[in-house]
Amino acid sequence: MSNTVISIENLSKAYHLGQIGTGTLSRDISVWWAKVRGKPNPYLKIDETDHGNRDGETIWALKDVNFTVERGEALGIIGRNGAGKSTLLKILSRVTAPTSGHARVRGRIASLLEVGTGFHPDLTGRENIYLNGAIMGMARQEVRYKLDEIVAFAEIEQFLDTPVKRYSSGMYVRLAFAVAAHLDPEILVIDEVLAVGDAIFQQKCLGKMGNVAQEGRTILFVSHNMLAIEALCQRAILISSGRIQQSGPAASVVASYLQSGEGSQILERNIEAEPRRPGEGTLFRLTQLSIVFSNGHAKLWEPIEFVLDFKCLAGKCKVSPSIEVWRIDGVCAFTSDAEDDGMILDLVRNTNGRVRVKIPHPNLSPGRYIVRAVARSGGSLILDWVNEALVFDILPVRNVSVRTNEKHLGTRPRSSWSIEKI
Amino acid sequence: MSQAVKQMEQQQDHWDLDISPQRNLLDLRLGELWHARDLVMLFVWRDFVSVYKQTILGPLWYLIQPLLTTVVFTFIFGSVAKLPTDGLPSFLFYMSGTVVWSYFATCITKTSDTFITNSALFGKVYFPRLAVPVSILISSLIAFVIQFIFFVLFMGFFALRGSVLQPNWWILMTPVLILIMAGLGLGFGIIVSALTTKYRDLRFLVQFGVTLLMYATTVIMPLSSFPNRFLWIVLANPMTPIVEIFRYAYLGAGTVNLPDLAYSFGFMLVVVVIGAVIFNRVEATFMDTV
Repeated sequence: MSNTVISIENLSKAYHLGQIGTGTLSRDISVWWAKVRGKPNPYLKIDETDHGNRDGETIWALKDVNFTVERGEALGIIGRNGAGKSTLLKILSRVTAPTSGHARVRGRIASLLEVGTGFHPDLTGRENIYLNGAIMGMARQEVRYKLDEIVAFAEIEQFLDTPVKRYSSGMYVRLAFAVAAHLDPEILVIDEVLAVGDAIFQQKCLGKMGNVAQEGRTILFVSHNMLAIEALCQRAILISSGRIQQSGPAASVVASYLQSGEGSQILERNIEAEPRRPGEGTLFRLTQLSIVFSNGHAKLWEPIEFVLDFKCLAGKCKVSPSIEVWRIDGVCAFTSDAEDDGMILDLVRNTNGRVRVKIPHPNLSPGRYIVRAVARSGGSLILDWVNEALVFDILPVRNVSVRTNEKHLGTRPRSSWSIEKI
Repeated sequence: MSQAVKQMEQQQDHWDLDISPQRNLLDLRLGELWHARDLVMLFVWRDFVSVYKQTILGPLWYLIQPLLTTVVFTFIFGSVAKLPTDGLPSFLFYMSGTVVWSYFATCITKTSDTFITNSALFGKVYFPRLAVPVSILISSLIAFVIQFIFFVLFMGFFALRGSVLQPNWWILMTPVLILIMAGLGLGFGIIVSALTTKYRDLRFLVQFGVTLLMYATTVIMPLSSFPNRFLWIVLANPMTPIVEIFRYAYLGAGTVNLPDLAYSFGFMLVVVVIGAVIFNRVEATFMDTV
């Protein structure tokens, strides 16, 4: 007997570009009447340029997608923004219908396209657990049976009878994920839920999902977090412009994806107009930040270089720029201060300049890092400060094992081991 | 042996779910709705509880609303305009109309917002979409029952003060009247809700349309007093027999005949079927347009 739980055949989904319909009823009726008589749409503009997957007025978010998923398999779905990943998940979770093709499913399917959907702010945590559970397809008995487990997982015991509008955003997300994680479906469809919540909770969620996979249930996982994909999924498909570009073992699909594009890394960014900056940015302003790797992407133990452009707006100022590299769990991995190297910029009005800082041995373990750029004046006065200016991944090198739990987040200095007889 | 193989083959061919573009127009998947009955009841409860959180008077509003409308009608149409009320105490005359009408009106206005107000939810998770309009019918029914009891109390009060009221066996038709109203509200409501995903204008028209429709029933004026020129409009309105029969059943004055009731019932069936077909079509892809 075949173990296929999801079978997708020639699945396509078209979206209409621009405004839906013509906006008014009378025009829509004349368009419809023209269609009935087999005449072309009288209001259709002639579109000379054909942009890839664009087809006249429609865009194919998915085009002739075929794949199958076996029972107990964890399938990662990766691709750039707009590639069609979310459309695929939406069709699978029946939020929208395909334009053509079939998707057949065996077993109960539950999707976490966004946590906390259907929470009512005025209702208490307990009431929302029941409501949310029911929306996701759980019977009331089932929720009652799992209530304690859900509450414990979300760590909200004390606030169970408080309206959720008084919850902190962290509590809200924890509760939402907890309900979803206890659905126990045969097939779990997950879209980027791990992007929310603090890192410790993220680890907990990943752990929970790992358990789900080990219990023989099937997971479809869409994420930009390549490490999570590699950790959780055996197989992955890469979607590009609505078509399956590649399908195979997760590690090789992830590798070719990272080579083809940059994932969701931000390696270069104009930060001149960035609005949310704690520093004043009126005397001295950071304008551009980029990170340079020797081979296009950062690998373990390879040097990295940051390039910082700035603009001095005040009459005279002394500036010490610095770079902070943060782990995704909110712990600083390292900082590098120009002052440490004996460099203090002594600037006059209207000078533009560029500083570079090379870090020969970053020793960052494989994972995702966030860069903050700070400029201080002499002592500790902050002149400018841009948070999350860049995002980059450190990739593992061959022959180095990657651990997926929190342990791997420490530094990983290149070290030499030797053995002696005693 | 071959039996087992056959079974296995059957199992292999069996899919729990087949997601494809088209499906039967009349397939409302009521089985799914039945499975989601817990959800329907939770929606009912949510609507009921959440509306009056952070209000001072709370559920009392269910009584204040019809009472205020009745008082206003009694004053304007009864005392100022001096419209006839079939010989009934004008307060009871207007209250009976208001209570009945408000059930229909809430059903239709709330149902017509189904897709717009729930678009965030519908866009994220699948559950039988009909659960929302059905839960609206039920939660409005609870409000109706409360108001109805209130109405009966007023009847008792007026009877004690010597008004001549003649409740009769037509009272037994009450469930049928409620069914027709629920059906009409649901049908019209889901037609509008399906169309509002494309044409938002309809949303504004509904409020206005429902009020206009009320003047074309006998909520304000008894059938016997309508000028002949407009009589056909009132008779064509499927809500007219409902209001008339309700009033006749509980107060003993009004125009009652079975063909009119049959007309309303048939009208309701047609509207529900059209609504179901449109809803079914829109439900599948409305997330792309809303």
